[in-house]
Amino acid sequence: MSPDRGAAAAAILVRLRAAIALVVLAAAFSLLSPEFLTAGNLSILVKHVAINAILAIGMTFVILAGGIDLSVGSIAGLCGIAAGALLGRGLVLPPLGVVVYLHTWMVVAVALGVGMAVGAFNGVLVSRLGVAPFIATLGSLYVARGAAMLTSDGATFPNLAGSADLGNTGFTQLGTGSVLGLPLAVWVMAVLAAAAVFTAGYTPFGRQVYAVGGNERAALIAGVPVRRVKLLVYVISGFCSALVGLIIAAQLGAAHPATGQTFELNAIAAVVLGGTSLMGGRGTVGGTLVGAFVIGVLADGLVLLGVSEFWQMVVKGLVIVLAVILDRFQRRSS
Amino acid sequence: MTSGGAPVLEARRVVKTYAGTTALAGVDFYLESGRVHALIGENGAGKSTLLKILAGVEQPTAGALRLHGQDIRFASAAEAAARGIGMIHQELQLFPDLSVAENLFVGRELRTRWGTVAWQSEDEAARKALARLGHEGIPVSTRVGALALGQQQLVAIARELVHDVRVLLMDEPTSALTAAEVPVLFRVIRDLTGNGVSIVYVSHRLEELLAIADEVTVLRDGRVVGAAPVADVDVPWIVERMTGGGLSRRHAARPVDSGRAVLSVENLSLPARPGRTALDSLSFTVRAGEVVGFYGLMGAGRTELFESLLGLHADASGRITLDGEDVCRDAVSGRVRAGLLMVPEDRQASGLVQSLTVRDNVTLSTIGRLAPYGYLSPRAESRAAQPFIERLRVKAPSLEAPVTALSGGNQQKVVLARGVMSRPKVLLVDEPTRGVDVGARLEILESLQRLADEGLGVVFASSDLDEVLSAATRVVVMARGRIVSDMPASDATPDLLAAAASSAPVPNRGANGES
Repeated sequence: MSPDRGAAAAAILVRLRAAIALVVLAAAFSLLSPEFLTAGNLSILVKHVAINAILAIGMTFVILAGGIDLSVGSIAGLCGIAAGALLGRGLVLPPLGVVVYLHTWMVVAVALGVGMAVGAFNGVLVSRLGVAPFIATLGSLYVARGAAMLTSDGATFPNLAGSADLGNTGFTQLGTGSVLGLPLAVWVMAVLAAAAVFTAGYTPFGRQVYAVGGNERAALIAGVPVRRVKLLVYVISGFCSALVGLIIAAQLGAAHPATGQTFELNAIAAVVLGGTSLMGGRGTVGGTLVGAFVIGVLADGLVLLGVSEFWQMVVKGLVIVLAVILDRFQRRSS
Repeated sequence: MTSGGAPVLEARRVVKTYAGTTALAGVDFYLESGRVHALIGENGAGKSTLLKILAGVEQPTAGALRLHGQDIRFASAAEAAARGIGMIHQELQLFPDLSVAENLFVGRELRTRWGTVAWQSEDEAARKALARLGHEGIPVSTRVGALALGQQQLVAIARELVHDVRVLLMDEPTSALTAAEVPVLFRVIRDLTGNGVSIVYVSHRLEELLAIADEVTVLRDGRVVGAAPVADVDVPWIVERMTGGGLSRRHAARPVDSGRAVLSVENLSLPARPGRTALDSLSFTVRAGEVVGFYGLMGAGRTELFESLLGLHADASGRITLDGEDVCRDAVSGRVRAGLLMVPEDRQASGLVQSLTVRDNVTLSTIGRLAPYGYLSPRAESRAAQPFIERLRVKAPSLEAPVTALSGGNQQKVVLARGVMSRPKVLLVDEPTRGVDVGARLEILESLQRLADEGLGVVFASSDLDEVLSAATRVVVMARGRIVSDMPASDATPDLLAAAASSAPVPNRGANGES
């Protein structure tokens, strides 16, 4: 093999490092623990991964456009509570003295709308009022969490199964149901991932996201509707967060206002592990998915091996830092 | 080695390769004490690489450097700086959020005996350095980001002046300067060489090199293809060596056509802000088929005019009509869609999206139209971009190559290709050939004419008299935010334009009233 081909092969290995790490981790854990490759474990694994991956997909768009969204965990919590309130308590309309129970699909739609509305709020702060994304979404992190607490008075809405009389059953299917042996949450992730890969790579909007993150001023001068692009990425992230809130509430059969705390950090970690630059403009949705799986497999495998939770945190942190170092290394060599 | 003083800095058989490609293939170079040695070549010839090696920014793959006759290796730019070698980069490396004085002393702050920053001494030294450059008017406490590009260039030069440089490497120091500022720089250079400082001077402006340099070395494809005292050479000699024979054609201005008005501007005004020129009630019309050259000194307001036309300044007032449509209420993206495109002056900051490929940069303004059903096919996109890459003669390894892999001239063509691809009605080009080599420069200026022939209104701003006179069909001269002269290129002479540009317009007199 000529040195050029050797260098090219090495470059490919470096580029696929996250995927390779994933394969190596999976292989190692299957050797070390007989339980790793069992259907039961894999099902739990992908369910966990799905939650983080869905958040991370939305986060990828925000980060590609040069922003960051710290509010995703809070939005998930708020949307779960919104669904919980609508299912468990109904929509109370004081002036009319009526309580309206919405159909399950309506509940889902309202919760998704809440998530997108908070995302739009972030987007307006960033794109219209020029607030730094870190600050704007840090504010929303608190506001959305507070709103969730206020809605339920800090309590949990138990039993989201609904009742046949009110015509709002079936919500928990989202958490417990499965199609072709795969949990519904995994299907949601798969469909969302496919849509995100398409959007990022094969639509004008996707290209504009990369352009805004790569050089905002150049994008503006080239005619890219920069404000709209920035607004939309936060709406996308809000939508993804709402999905996560719904899935968790459905899985538990209950909505808790503290759901999703610190999820934003896991989502950012998955994006970064997947090779997306925090400066914006570079990265892929596929990379983010791999990143989410690396985090999920690592957590799952370490639990199976009986590694203490504290060590798990140390390992996760080191893996993230290592990934970023490799990333810098690759960028310098190319 | 020729006559004159002893060589201060020498490069012997210097080779530099980057991941398989050879940037320098055994270059010999010498710099004598108190002399100006010009280094010239087209983009990609290896000038920048050689400069970076001399400045310690890069280390040679093979070969040796000698400083004052002794072999030396610089591990970093800081080591070279410690030995009195300073460099002024083409893309200014300043800190926009720090003051002028802070910029001059970044990393080498003056200290009081308590170890804190000696603000007063720094300010004083900064004022002295700027005065030496003939620009004592720039306040040293101003944020550098608030200064115009030309002033920033002066700050970059001043930064080297405040430190005791013995060898100064200047990469395109006049690219952001206007004709009036170049003599100031030359005076500074002579002053420096008189004090024993030696200068390596890189520029694309040949007349300028001949005026200031003592020696010239021509590079092509990483090799020295000519080296001689400047007294023995002329422009054709240099151009022939740079291009390897194919002599450049000079572009002839065509007479003004009377096409339909594609751009009408009425009473365009922009309030003053720090670091930007106020525009005072500008009115003019651009017709299809015209190439209008906006000439003016630094701070005349040409960039502000273009930016206001595009909608980048929300506080601009006046009426802008594009092909009969009022576009004043449209945002930037709306004006672009309506057919008003700008190719900005600062390619790196405002033109290119560095993280995207050549193709993606070219299609950026047209992207919505390439996906009628929302699906952007990479194949179709490449097919759509290819003709424009070819038309502007962009030399790129492939459409999927990162745009940063191209030379400056080709990057500029990419930004132009983007503008052209969107089928604009009016193309605004700010300093079309800044930092572009001779060959690419002619191609770019010719393409402006071709576009006008196809029915566009082309408007460009330039501080280069030659460029305005050779490429424009009509010349508008601006001074201090006003239009002071508007004439067909056939009537324009260098003297006339220079005089108009340096005239201070009388307040309240509508300079464009006669049109």
